[in-house]
Amino acid sequence: MSLTPDDVARLAALARIELSPAELAKLAPQLDVILESVASVAAVAAGDIPPTSHALPLVNVFRDDVVTGSLTQQQVLANAPDADTGRFRVPRILDEEA
Amino acid sequence: MTTPILRRTAADLAAAIRTGELTAVEVTETFLAQIDAVDDQVHAFLAVDGERALETARRVDAKREAGEPLGPLAGVPIAVKDLLSYVGLPTTAGSRILENYRPVYNATVVQRLIDNDLVILGKTNLDEFAMGSSTETSAFGPSHNPWDLDRIPGGSGGGSSAALAAFEAPLAIGTDTGGSIRQPASVTGTVGIKPTYGGTSRFGVIAMASSLDQPGPCARTVEDAALLHEVICGHDPLDSTSIDQPVPPVLEAARSGDVRGMRIGVVTELGGEGYAPGVEQRFQEAVALLQDAGAEIVEVSCPHFVYALPAYYLIMPAEVSSNLARYDGMRYGLRVGDDGANSVEQVMTLTRGQGFGEEAKRRIILGTYALSSGYYDAYYGSAQKVRTLIARDFDAAFAQCDVLVSPSTPTTAFRLGERVDDPLAMYKADLCTIPSNLAGNASASFPCGLAPEDGLPVGFQVIAPPMADDRLYRVGAALERALVQRWGGPLLDGAPLLAHSLLAPTDEEK
Repeated sequence: MSLTPDDVARLAALARIELSPAELAKLAPQLDVILESVASVAAVAAGDIPPTSHALPLVNVFRDDVVTGSLTQQQVLANAPDADTGRFRVPRILDEEA
Repeated sequence: MTTPILRRTAADLAAAIRTGELTAVEVTETFLAQIDAVDDQVHAFLAVDGERALETARRVDAKREAGEPLGPLAGVPIAVKDLLSYVGLPTTAGSRILENYRPVYNATVVQRLIDNDLVILGKTNLDEFAMGSSTETSAFGPSHNPWDLDRIPGGSGGGSSAALAAFEAPLAIGTDTGGSIRQPASVTGTVGIKPTYGGTSRFGVIAMASSLDQPGPCARTVEDAALLHEVICGHDPLDSTSIDQPVPPVLEAARSGDVRGMRIGVVTELGGEGYAPGVEQRFQEAVALLQDAGAEIVEVSCPHFVYALPAYYLIMPAEVSSNLARYDGMRYGLRVGDDGANSVEQVMTLTRGQGFGEEAKRRIILGTYALSSGYYDAYYGSAQKVRTLIARDFDAAFAQCDVLVSPSTPTTAFRLGERVDDPLAMYKADLCTIPSNLAGNASASFPCGLAPEDGLPVGFQVIAPPMADDRLYRVGAALERALVQRWGGPLLDGAPLLAHSLLAPTDEEK
């Protein structure tokens, strides 16, 4: 199988990344080569092998339920690209027609 | 003007500060002067924090004068990879998308450095979001290997390794997801340790692939790395994957270096075709030295290691695509195209298109593909199963021996620019280091000589079972002892002197 620039454009849209036609043309063959080289994993991964998602099999890590300090509003907003009256200002979230 | 302070070990500097032979201010000023003299050639640092470093040093000297007890590394300068949050300086992760980001809390590792009175000199360069083996994906330009300025210092932690090899700092912090501490250590003739996954806290470390990322110590000697290991490791309630157990006795092991009766396994699959002859030669010589020191050498096969690189390049991008989704230009970082007309999605898309570099985009898209429906089972699902097979290979190997060894990376430092347009060739630099990240065990790189063909450093990798980090130091110390005796001094004594360097000549040169 091989990835076309159109395939890469679709993936980039899913990942919310704007790519130029030149970037798409460069990425498609590179991703192809990488995918081809990693495809071998499917050959050894037989059905009865359990998957490992994490090196440490930890479950339900709890801490004591004690009240501790947290960041102030000022700290939280300190890196905001745009803030307004103690809140993050963001671009419009609805379509014009909506 | 040159100074003998720069060549001294961190252990030695700390002792000199405790006894009053040197002041912390004097030591800090010396390293800042060296940074000033050589960093325009090396570009190890993204930010130097001279004023605050001197303030910390003055506080340490005042403590000593007041008769207060000083910790084992009090007053010793250190460089921190720019992936760890440190209040008061930008934390960029080597990316334009975080160029002006200033953290409002400290990473736990950084907080422990502060609490133990280490002097933070500044933040070091890295590949963007720690994605690379050369620092060439950094949005702020590459670092250079002090052994040969036309070559890579390794990556992603090439700023930290270059700072050590250029004597701009006696200690540094790195992070290792697929080899980003060990491969830079290998190509610069320095020591780099990846602790057991969960041994050091990831709190405040900008995430690349959370199930693989692990901060760790970088140093010029095995004992210095152990001293730093004891400062930064240990349980942290702020990281849910942090191990709640005592830190393995690494300092004791580093000081002992006794490998008599240890069973050391040479991994068959990590050698042969694709490995530089000088790398193989120095590796074999190091194995022979460990045998002379009383270790028993066995040959071990880990048949699934050949699938480690493919599995890693599915698992890591999958985690990357998820972790980097947070850079949306809404709460922090770069925001592009907010013109009042563009929607939030358009702004996100423009921000990420302009803010991320080529490698970050490549990995996000690869991860998006590997996780997409229809391909999930064949790619990500299979890679997770391979991860199990690799862990089983380790279990079988550690049933036969105490540690495993291999070269740290197949070649010595390659030339800057040589692999930028060939991602696969770049990825192969991590061929030997990736299995440890997938299994979460402890792993290290120690200098073992210069390859005869190019005169560049070769690294010796040691791998130990989870929470047996002390074995890395035991083997590393034995090797260091034997090699320093053979060489007549540390390997870095043989590094070429950089222009304007304040480094005093070695005893031999004097």
